[in-house]
Amino acid sequence: MKTKSNIEKILESGGFVVTSECGPPRGADPEVIRKKGNLLKGVVDAVNVTDNQTSVVRMSSLSACVILKEMGFDPILQMVCRDRNRIAIQSDILGAAALGINNILCLSGDHQKFGDHPKAKNVFDIDSIQLIQTVRGMREEGRFLGGEEVKGKPILFIGAAENPFADPFEIRAARLGKKAKAGVEFLQTQCIYNMERFERWMGMVRDRGLHEKVAILAGVTPFKSVGMARYMKNSVPGMDVPDEMIERMKGVPKEKQPEEGIKICVETIQRLKEIPGVRGIHIMAIEWEEKVAEIAKAASLLPRPTSNS
Amino acid sequence: MIVANRKSLEEILSMINPFKKVLLLGCNECVTVCAAGGEREVGVLASELKLWYSKAGKEIEIKEHTIERQCDHEYIDQIKGFVEDYEAILSMACGAGIQYVAEKYRTKPVLPMVNTTFLGVTLEQGVWSERCQGCGTCILDQTGGICPIARCAKSLLNGPCGGSSNGKCEVDKEIDCGWQLIVDRLKELGQLDRYEEIIPVKDWTTSRDGGPRKRIREDLRL
Repeated sequence: MKTKSNIEKILESGGFVVTSECGPPRGADPEVIRKKGNLLKGVVDAVNVTDNQTSVVRMSSLSACVILKEMGFDPILQMVCRDRNRIAIQSDILGAAALGINNILCLSGDHQKFGDHPKAKNVFDIDSIQLIQTVRGMREEGRFLGGEEVKGKPILFIGAAENPFADPFEIRAARLGKKAKAGVEFLQTQCIYNMERFERWMGMVRDRGLHEKVAILAGVTPFKSVGMARYMKNSVPGMDVPDEMIERMKGVPKEKQPEEGIKICVETIQRLKEIPGVRGIHIMAIEWEEKVAEIAKAASLLPRPTSNS
Repeated sequence: MIVANRKSLEEILSMINPFKKVLLLGCNECVTVCAAGGEREVGVLASELKLWYSKAGKEIEIKEHTIERQCDHEYIDQIKGFVEDYEAILSMACGAGIQYVAEKYRTKPVLPMVNTTFLGVTLEQGVWSERCQGCGTCILDQTGGICPIARCAKSLLNGPCGGSSNGKCEVDKEIDCGWQLIVDRLKELGQLDRYEEIIPVKDWTTSRDGGPRKRIREDLRL
């Protein structure tokens, strides 16, 4: 064990990991986080806390992580390169470690165009792969990017995201290879709807032996309605929703659509569990956290092995 | 070349409102090539302004003049003889030219008639596209001759991000994904293995972040 991360512990013992996410509110009320947290108790091994996702201003990821930590969760601090330069990033890494956060997810970040402040200046001083290197260097070599010594290394389990559905497809496994080289330890994928393409990507990942270097957690998001499925297909960057999914959601009456969405999600998880190299599931029930327990149960992911909450 | 866009007539009118006699100064370099501030555009803007003033029943005197370059003092000096006859200079040059004219004629307001946008190329008649951000440390040898700083919306040195779809950028379906272009070109060059190399954290001191830049060639100085 390199860190105190709950997911690292489960992965080391050969277990299958379940994570979910919690989007902080657009306000200062901590109760929103606690309410979402309560819905995930005993259901997940760690919780991602998003960092101003889709470039909409929200409570800071680190603050929400601390609230969840107080509830007994093992939060995963998401950190994007859009809003901070290397000085602020390294400072927040130290702060997170000091507050007992054990996991970090290194991301580039959505472009600010999609958010509530499209006129903002972006930073992108470093990119997600360089962010992985940064955390690794601080933890392993005890050095800041500038070369100075870190007094009190931040012991964080290092994660990243990858989108097997983005283009160019041919370099998507190579890109994971770069992340592995940079020092990433776990990976959460974009929501999987196109199973055929995901399996092809996993094949490329296994050909490179990357599944042995990086624990791959497959991402899923249940559809609440056919409208959401269409929105994901047409308006969310990098999302690949096959037409048959839309047809399937369209095929049931409106009031039955949430149920159908969950059914699709559970079937997807069951297929994902069979794919060699998939070490866990990341359930992103967007503003639908109350369904995570139901999904996990139906997909036979409960009880969790060493639930620390 | 430096690519610029002429400002709207409305914005220009609000800037020149206090003046009755103005010198409209074009530039024969980049802004001529990108049809924003050359002799032709000086003529067009002067006509638009005269028409607007005559319709509004107001008076304005506009002197049209275009010099070779507004970024070289020897050409800026050429207007010395008559610049005092005007209350303001309306510069149609890029931001560099506008400022250099202002530095030379310190008591004259120098007003920008264009928005300076990017360093780019002519894609076709009437279409220009960005290629360079002048970061001061060129890595085009590593990225198949396509710049990730200028052509990726996030300037990712190790792209593409997860928003690249069918060759396009997540920001706009009209924008090519810079990293798709890099991968395509590396393939054409037979250098796709270069993609596997991690490009290290960039030193931005040679870019704007290091403060205003200056280049000195001692061997050329007089």
